[in-house]
Amino acid sequence: MNRQRFGWAPYALLLPSLAYLAVFFAAPMVQAFGLAFQDDGGNWSLASWRAMFTDAQFREALVTTLILIVIIIPVQFALALAMALVLNAKPRWPGLWLYLYAIPLGVSELAAGILWFAVFTQQGWLNSILEGLGLLDRPFIFLDYENQGWLILTIVLAEAWRATSIIMIILVAGLQGIPRDYVEAADVFGATFGQKVRRVILPLLRPSIQVALILRTILAFQAFAVVIALAGQGMTVLSAEAYRWYSDYRDPHVAAAYAGFILLLSVFSTVLFLWLLPVRQEQAT
Amino acid sequence: MGHSSSDSDLRLSRRAITRRNLVRAAGLGTAGLALGGLASGPGAAASPLGRGAGFPRRSQDGDSLVFLSTQLRPVEEAEKMRGTILADFEGEVEFIAEDTGPFNDRIAAEAEAGEGSVGVIGGQHGDFASFAQDGLLTDLSDLATELQDRGFVEQYLELGRYGGEVLNYIPWMQATYVMVANREALEYLPDGVDEAALQTSLTYDQLATWAGNVNEAEGQKLGFPAGEDGLLHRFLQGYGYPSFTGGVNTTFQNDDAVAMWEWFAGAWEFVNPQALSYNNMDEPLLSGEVWIAWDHTARLIGALRERPDDLIAFPAPRGPKGLGYMPVVAGLAIPKSAPDPEAARSLIEYLTRPEVQATTLREVAFFPTTAGELPGDLPEGVQAEAAAVLQTSASEDALQSLLPVGLGDQGGAYNKVFRDAFQSIVLDGNDVREVLTEQAANLQSVLDAAQAACWLPDPEGEGVCQVG
Repeated sequence: MNRQRFGWAPYALLLPSLAYLAVFFAAPMVQAFGLAFQDDGGNWSLASWRAMFTDAQFREALVTTLILIVIIIPVQFALALAMALVLNAKPRWPGLWLYLYAIPLGVSELAAGILWFAVFTQQGWLNSILEGLGLLDRPFIFLDYENQGWLILTIVLAEAWRATSIIMIILVAGLQGIPRDYVEAADVFGATFGQKVRRVILPLLRPSIQVALILRTILAFQAFAVVIALAGQGMTVLSAEAYRWYSDYRDPHVAAAYAGFILLLSVFSTVLFLWLLPVRQEQAT
Repeated sequence: MGHSSSDSDLRLSRRAITRRNLVRAAGLGTAGLALGGLASGPGAAASPLGRGAGFPRRSQDGDSLVFLSTQLRPVEEAEKMRGTILADFEGEVEFIAEDTGPFNDRIAAEAEAGEGSVGVIGGQHGDFASFAQDGLLTDLSDLATELQDRGFVEQYLELGRYGGEVLNYIPWMQATYVMVANREALEYLPDGVDEAALQTSLTYDQLATWAGNVNEAEGQKLGFPAGEDGLLHRFLQGYGYPSFTGGVNTTFQNDDAVAMWEWFAGAWEFVNPQALSYNNMDEPLLSGEVWIAWDHTARLIGALRERPDDLIAFPAPRGPKGLGYMPVVAGLAIPKSAPDPEAARSLIEYLTRPEVQATTLREVAFFPTTAGELPGDLPEGVQAEAAAVLQTSASEDALQSLLPVGLGDQGGAYNKVFRDAFQSIVLDGNDVREVLTEQAANLQSVLDAAQAACWLPDPEGEGVCQVG
């Protein structure tokens, strides 16, 4: 019935965005893969992939990227969920909270990295405060490549600060879609707050969580400005290597191999989340 | 990539907006506004720091001469070029500072199109190598004869010929690398070294002992620019290797090279661990995190200008084979596609005038390439740096290295070999010989890919340079 009534109109309306995706996403992606499997002369070759896998920085970049993702994403989820629940509890001045939480969204990745660098550097704010309080005699060096733990901690903090709100916004939207009746029903049965979150809210929030997880993980694979700003050459991630191979070492083929590898990891993690958090059809809408 | 990048990090100049300057801006509460638009995706992270100096504005103006340069990219330097150095030139000049990549693309594209808008290009010796090879630049031999009274350093004119007859560029300005120390560090100088000896006879071993003494009393205060945009690889290529081995590529893995790496790994114990995020040494020197530092003159001048009484400048140390150092020459060229070659020549005439060279030194701390005394009215910090530069080249055991020549696109890959060796040996503590054997193979494949012959201090010769 519907199909007859609207005819070709829905498809026509989809066309512009499809064209946009084809021109600006699909085509470059195919080209990038092409680059990765070609050599300078345009012949098909696996040389770039071999160069990537044997590159001195590859292993460290891969390991660091995975460590960062494994730490950052759960931390961000916990924070984002707490923030979303605060907002959903209809606090006084809800607008103020929302804006406060969302401010980091407006700060670019690099700027966020620089801000946190100002906090953690040797003569930075944190050391100044600690020295001012008499807790330190001489500045403590947080950004010490010999102490990767501190480096990772600072990067996790910066990333959590910067990108938690995007998850929060997705979760808030999800929370607002949960009918009040369910929570009220749980109240009637005397459920505690923890029980309500675990048994009612989280399961109903699953579609939003899935979207947020996929989105955030893909973004985390791409993040590198924060890493470069805070750790400089002291730590490297996959996307930073892709960037260096393209702009510094001027080898677009190996850069494309890195990009392709990141894409494969992203696809893999997406499939993993889809499999781990299946969403039933009636929930998906 | 059909064009040459000629060392994309071979940047003479400080980054346009340094990190800490941004930090200061952030402190003023303007960060959100100022930075919001800076970066958003891959590729944006490093380049916004360097861009901004020269956003190509309208350039088909007809009567304004376009001056495209890889030099003086930082905003402050570009502004000094536009506002002060070019102030007395009769005629409109549009000064555009550009990263090496876009710079190459633009010149190559204009040459291909057969007509261009760019009148004069300014860049380093290496920036012009591929243009010279492809014959894209006007022969300036007659202009050099006209400007004979300038007294250009003959060696630099020779460089501009790239081994041929055509003079591809006129020497414009030069810089090099020196060391700067905080006066507070002087009390820890090793026995037998005083302030005068610093200027004339400091050795690498003494430097390490000195930094060790400072470390014992005050912590790790030696500094090298080992950050993302730092020039640490130039230290290895132009200072460490030549001073210890007398060569670079041909001595890459011999016993002398092993000694150099062992020295460096030992000295690194006294280097501030934040060095891996240092791009320019002026800021850590000013903040006091670092007391003894090596870097490019343009990246140290900020500190010397600000606190000339607290800091001293001196030449890099010498090793068993002499005082290796690396002068950096920038030149001015006219592409064959220039719309108005006469105007372009008059701009080169203007920029090489003694008084304009003096202004250039005073404003942006790049040294003249012409004979003659330095002006007497230099700011104190510039004076100190100039003295260290002169002291370097006047040293009897001075051993000159060239920036890599003829690497084209491979410049970044060449630096990566040295960076990777540094990381593996000095930071990760791997076996020196094993790492050098492995990296020697990488180095050879870079040289093979570029078909590059050896350059100073390696014996210059025919054929692809062979790693030794």
